[in-house]
Amino acid sequence: MRITADTGRCVGAGQCVLNAPRAFDQDDDGLVTLLLAEPGADEEAGVRLAAGLCPSRAITVHED
Amino acid sequence: MTQAEPQVVDFPLRKPGVAFPPPGYAGYREQQGLVLSCLPNGDRVWLVTRHEDVRAVLTDPRISSNPEHPGFPNVGESLGVPKQDQIPGWFVGLDSPEHDRFRKALIPEFTVRRVRAMRPAIERTVDERLDAMLAAGDCADLVADFALPIPSLVISSLLGVPPADRDFFESRTRTLVAIRASTDQQRESAAKDLLRYINRLVAIKQKWPADDLVSRLLATGAIAPHELSGVLMLLLIAGHETTANNIALGVVTLLTNPEWIGDDRAVEETLRFHSVADLVSLRVAVEDVEISGQLVRAGEGIVPLVAAANHDENSFECPHRFDPSRSARHHVAFGYGVHQCLGQNLVRVEMEIAYRKLFERIPALELAVPAEGLSFKHDGVVHGLHALPVRW
Repeated sequence: MRITADTGRCVGAGQCVLNAPRAFDQDDDGLVTLLLAEPGADEEAGVRLAAGLCPSRAITVHED
Repeated sequence: MTQAEPQVVDFPLRKPGVAFPPPGYAGYREQQGLVLSCLPNGDRVWLVTRHEDVRAVLTDPRISSNPEHPGFPNVGESLGVPKQDQIPGWFVGLDSPEHDRFRKALIPEFTVRRVRAMRPAIERTVDERLDAMLAAGDCADLVADFALPIPSLVISSLLGVPPADRDFFESRTRTLVAIRASTDQQRESAAKDLLRYINRLVAIKQKWPADDLVSRLLATGAIAPHELSGVLMLLLIAGHETTANNIALGVVTLLTNPEWIGDDRAVEETLRFHSVADLVSLRVAVEDVEISGQLVRAGEGIVPLVAAANHDENSFECPHRFDPSRSARHHVAFGYGVHQCLGQNLVRVEMEIAYRKLFERIPALELAVPAEGLSFKHDGVVHGLHALPVRW
């Protein structure tokens, strides 16, 4: 699993940080920043939840 | 697409004696397409009730939040609430990209980290309210004495209102939402007092910047001082009564489901279960758009019913059961899309601390009236309680 995050779309709701705090953080502008671009198996559920909850669809999960 | 002339249903205003969310929402969800409804002022709007459809509406760039577009649903007017869209800085009424300048400037103030740093101050605020309640006797109105002051005090501290002015700020915000205990004239006067106060606060922070939201926003230069007053009023209106109503309704639900007292998961489920901002995310189509097979033409108003979406059986199993152990994070109680509540993480922390401290410090808390006798805000835009008599 690989994730990308689009700061241009991010609206700083913080859902990703709440639900997958080891994979996502907010930078000084409050926008999404990746802590893990290729999260391990134990992060997958949280990352998928975060991507699904993101209100501006700024997080993409790639299954390659 | 050809369709028969759809049936027009009454606008589902909440009424005394009718449960919330109104049971009629379930029938709307089962109907194909969307539900055409007539506002009390005669305007026709599309009601959106399914979870998936509400999320689609709130993320579609062909659908606008701007009340200046013809056809925008004027639900507030139907409930006797004045339009607030002419205030500069009232950015919930703007679409991208105009909206984004305001949102981006405010995001750093509401990050998960920033909200975490506010916890000790929120705990102090909640403790002080409980001290006052306990000192005053063995009963209270939990709306007036607890639920309303907490978010007001948290917002005043966030904005940098000096401690000496917080009682003034709190009393005016309370009048603003006490739709039964105050007259229209008193509410208008409270709103004017607050706007005047906020204008003065902005002027003071321009001259003497400090470590607070207003000073930081002024320093970025992204928002002009005359817009900043509107932004601050918006933060107050959006963050005060909604949070208070969630606190009060959640206490009632916990008292009637005491097995969940002390479980922080009750916060998320309370947000979903009560969905106080049912009527807040109003929209209008600015291009023809199809939702659930329903053609909505440019200029037609859309009312996504958040409480209906959060009680959609296809997204939440047994939605009418209060069950904090469910995974309910995909609820739309805070809206969805670029306008999703900016302060949602602050609200969560306020609710969590309020419930925890209330039940820790007053374990004998109970309703002072039968639950059926509680007075709900059927007459307000935001669902809630007029009063919550409790004793211990």
